[in-house]
Amino acid sequence: MHKRFNLSAVVAVFVIIFLYLPITAVVGLSFNQSSNSLIWKGFSLDWYKTIWSNEPIMSSFQRTIFVAVVTTVLSLIIGTTISIGLNKMKAGGFLRTFSTAPAIVPDLVLAIGLLTTFSVISMSLSLTTVIISHTVFCTAFVVAVVLARIGLIDPSIEEASTDLGASAMKTLFKITIPQLMPSLIAGAVLSFTLSMDEFVIAFFTNGPETPTLPMVIYSMIRFGVTPEINVLGTLLLVISFVGVILAQRIGKVADSI
Amino acid sequence: MVKSGGSKTSRHLGWAWASPGLIFLTLFAAIPVLSMLFMSVLTAGRFGGVTTPINFDNFSRATDPIFVKVIINSLLIASATAILSLLIGFPTALFISRLSRKWQVILIVAIILPYWTNFLVRTYAWLVLLNNEGIINKFLRNIGLIDKPIEMLYTPAAVIVGMTYLYLPLMILPIYAALEKVDKNLTEAAFDLGSSAWKSLRTISIPLAMPGILIGFIFVFVPSLGNFVVPELLGGGKTVMIGNLVRDQFLKARDWPFGATFALILALILVVLISIQSYVSKRVNVNA
Repeated sequence: MHKRFNLSAVVAVFVIIFLYLPITAVVGLSFNQSSNSLIWKGFSLDWYKTIWSNEPIMSSFQRTIFVAVVTTVLSLIIGTTISIGLNKMKAGGFLRTFSTAPAIVPDLVLAIGLLTTFSVISMSLSLTTVIISHTVFCTAFVVAVVLARIGLIDPSIEEASTDLGASAMKTLFKITIPQLMPSLIAGAVLSFTLSMDEFVIAFFTNGPETPTLPMVIYSMIRFGVTPEINVLGTLLLVISFVGVILAQRIGKVADSI
Repeated sequence: MVKSGGSKTSRHLGWAWASPGLIFLTLFAAIPVLSMLFMSVLTAGRFGGVTTPINFDNFSRATDPIFVKVIINSLLIASATAILSLLIGFPTALFISRLSRKWQVILIVAIILPYWTNFLVRTYAWLVLLNNEGIINKFLRNIGLIDKPIEMLYTPAAVIVGMTYLYLPLMILPIYAALEKVDKNLTEAAFDLGSSAWKSLRTISIPLAMPGILIGFIFVFVPSLGNFVVPELLGGGKTVMIGNLVRDQFLKARDWPFGATFALILALILVVLISIQSYVSKRVNVNA
């Protein structure tokens, strides 16, 4: 009976090769001896040693992590408060769409809109403007994730907590947040990864003095590719693979609580 | 039952919670996007920035054959990307949806995993594969198929393949999600009743997957149409798309209103497309 699925099986195998061949090539070339990033010469770990002393890569990496951490914290706070509010007021479709729209708006449109706005209010471009911009679309993702769960929570538990004399703060931290935990973790992982990877919006809203990692990678690709990009690509691959797998594990654990 | 959520205090409390965030989104999402779209009717200032006369000059400038060609070119490349993704994404999703639960999870994770890698690195990977000394050319030379390298990089085809690579998971996932809900007994029954593989595909799987196909098409088409990085890196600047026009008008020519005009055109194309998608998927749902 499985004969009829043969063609789709062949395509599926091709797709897996298609998805993994390019990144495998990058990983392979990261162990290359040659100083040409594209041509294989022999095995070596040299570029793994030199990358740590590459100042532009290291300082831009720190900036990227900084932006991603601040963006994640802000998006979680803003996204969660919006979700709690919308849930309490039984908000209709408009406010829900409004709060999640930045996730759907093409990044280029949002990017030049923000660039224009920062220029109109005379805010000079820096990491602050990148953080604001990233928080806009990450908030939308947090709202989407948290709203999906918050509707499932039984409001009578919160009411009982209040009736029994718990303060609003205590109810929030002891009742609401623990119940939202899986979606908060998902929202945090999403925000962090999206911010770390984001290029187009950061490209338009960042100042020239504080390039983040994607900007450095972009100019490395455009102007003279150095072998370090293969190493960097491999390290980023490992980070995101570990991140995705960790997120899945944490998600499972959090779901079971 | 008392509808506690609808009470007045609860609504006030809800607004108190939500308004700081909603104000933030108004200031840094709604106003920027709307003002950017409005900017298309303004005129570029002498030293960057914008000034008044409000007119539609930018739109008549945009109808210049050079720009029309770029817009058509962008539509063709984005369509080709979405169609190629559909052609290889649909069979893959179909295949995965028919595996055991455990293998479904493994393969879906395998398909998402590369998507979480930095998109510049994934684009760069194709430079590695497609360049004249790259793996594909070397392989073809070693098996004696060619003796001179094929120029694959810096062509529209490289742009299409690169973007398909970037966005393919966004095609596979919604189709898989739609197919996964399909009752397997349905296709089994069709088969038992003598229906050919092609017929059961055409009459059962494709119609049921249609909502997923439409969403996948949008998910791939939208980021492809506005992309300026892939045309630049894999197209070598020879393939110009709307995104490149917007970028150049903003950062090189410093004609923001003209750049905003192209962004508006981009946004309008997407709005039309999404309206078609929701119209078609409603009709499909009614028929199904």
